[in-house]
Amino acid sequence: MTERYSRQVLFPPIGQNGQEVLRDKHVLIIGAGALGAANAEMIVRAGVGHVTIVDRDYVDFSNLQRQNLYTEQDAIDRLPKAEAAQKRLAALNSDVVIDAVTADADPEFFKNILSGSAVDLIIDGTDNFDIRFVINDAAQKYAIPWVYGACVASGGLSLFIIPGKTPCLHCLMDTIPQAGATCDTAGIISPAVQMTASAQTAEALKWLTGNIDSLRGTIFSFDLWTNHFSSVDAAKLKKPDCPSCGANPVYPFLSYELSTKFAVLCGRDTVQIRPSSIKKRDLQLLSESVENSADITHKNAFLISFKKDTYTITAFQDGRVFIHGTSSIDESKKVYYQYFQ
Amino acid sequence: MNMTVNGRDVELPDHVTTVRDLLDHFKLNKELAIVELNQSILDKSIRDDAALSDGDRIEIVQFVGGG
Ligand SMILES: [Zn+2]
Repeated sequence: MTERYSRQVLFPPIGQNGQEVLRDKHVLIIGAGALGAANAEMIVRAGVGHVTIVDRDYVDFSNLQRQNLYTEQDAIDRLPKAEAAQKRLAALNSDVVIDAVTADADPEFFKNILSGSAVDLIIDGTDNFDIRFVINDAAQKYAIPWVYGACVASGGLSLFIIPGKTPCLHCLMDTIPQAGATCDTAGIISPAVQMTASAQTAEALKWLTGNIDSLRGTIFSFDLWTNHFSSVDAAKLKKPDCPSCGANPVYPFLSYELSTKFAVLCGRDTVQIRPSSIKKRDLQLLSESVENSADITHKNAFLISFKKDTYTITAFQDGRVFIHGTSSIDESKKVYYQYFQ
Repeated sequence: MNMTVNGRDVELPDHVTTVRDLLDHFKLNKELAIVELNQSILDKSIRDDAALSDGDRIEIVQFVGGG
């Protein structure tokens, strides 16, 4: 086992000491898509002792071009990403305790995990601004640093956010942006993912091993196609009255009314529905109730997919439902309420 | 006007005189942009009206949501 980390230990800023420190750390990775998977692989191989990875989605063939933890078989089996990631990560490094959570990382999730256990760092492996603003508020409320990372097309950017010290995401953006390019509209190449994740994991390793002075402290951004790299110091943009990190924080993105949430999954032609009271869904019962009226296409321990007319409906064990084949909330509601109350 | 934007020398039409014009010229979303003018970051409250001059070096960081 000492052999395993020998090259990392030879790197003086980490050394034997840093390696031992890493074993006692707990990193929470939100999202197991492209960035989440790339970060997770590096963090687990580096020997961080405890990794929790959470994701709401399952593996799809369109993921395989860039999401490094997954195989064709995972896509055929429609395994939830968190489960598929755990399987692969455990095979890479059995030293590491890996927890997989298939759920939406909503305010309730953050409250449960961050108030209940010692998380040293949150890594952003998500693909939308909504969830990043929730991460940002949760990180501030529970005083845990997080490392933003995002990418699209051939570029990406990253920023390390330390509560009480650096500007937070909300200081830099007044509201959740409603527009902007996504991987589903502008595409993405795998090197942009790996580069962004490398920038994130490097900062993570610095923080976890106590190399605080080596943290970049700037917004790092790049485009691998136009060959432009930049490092912008945003420290002056920290707002004293920021609702998320200012003098009187209210963490606006942690408060949300309890109601069934319908959300269009950008570019996927899919609507996600999250019931108000999240309870474990009895998949066996559901399968029996729909098998006469619909065509069940996938069934595993975590989800059931079935076809109805032009829609494919996927019901997760944690209560969520995806309606594929529409980007209309109204249309998805009609389909949803045919099968779920 | 000639400027360096994100490392590239560009020639801008005469009507581009402020950061707002510049962001519009490149069709960039203002909510998502952070602008550094001659290595000094611009606060959002003054950013859009900041005047540009010949030879300025501008760095525009665009936040993205993908991943
Ligand atoms: Zn803030």
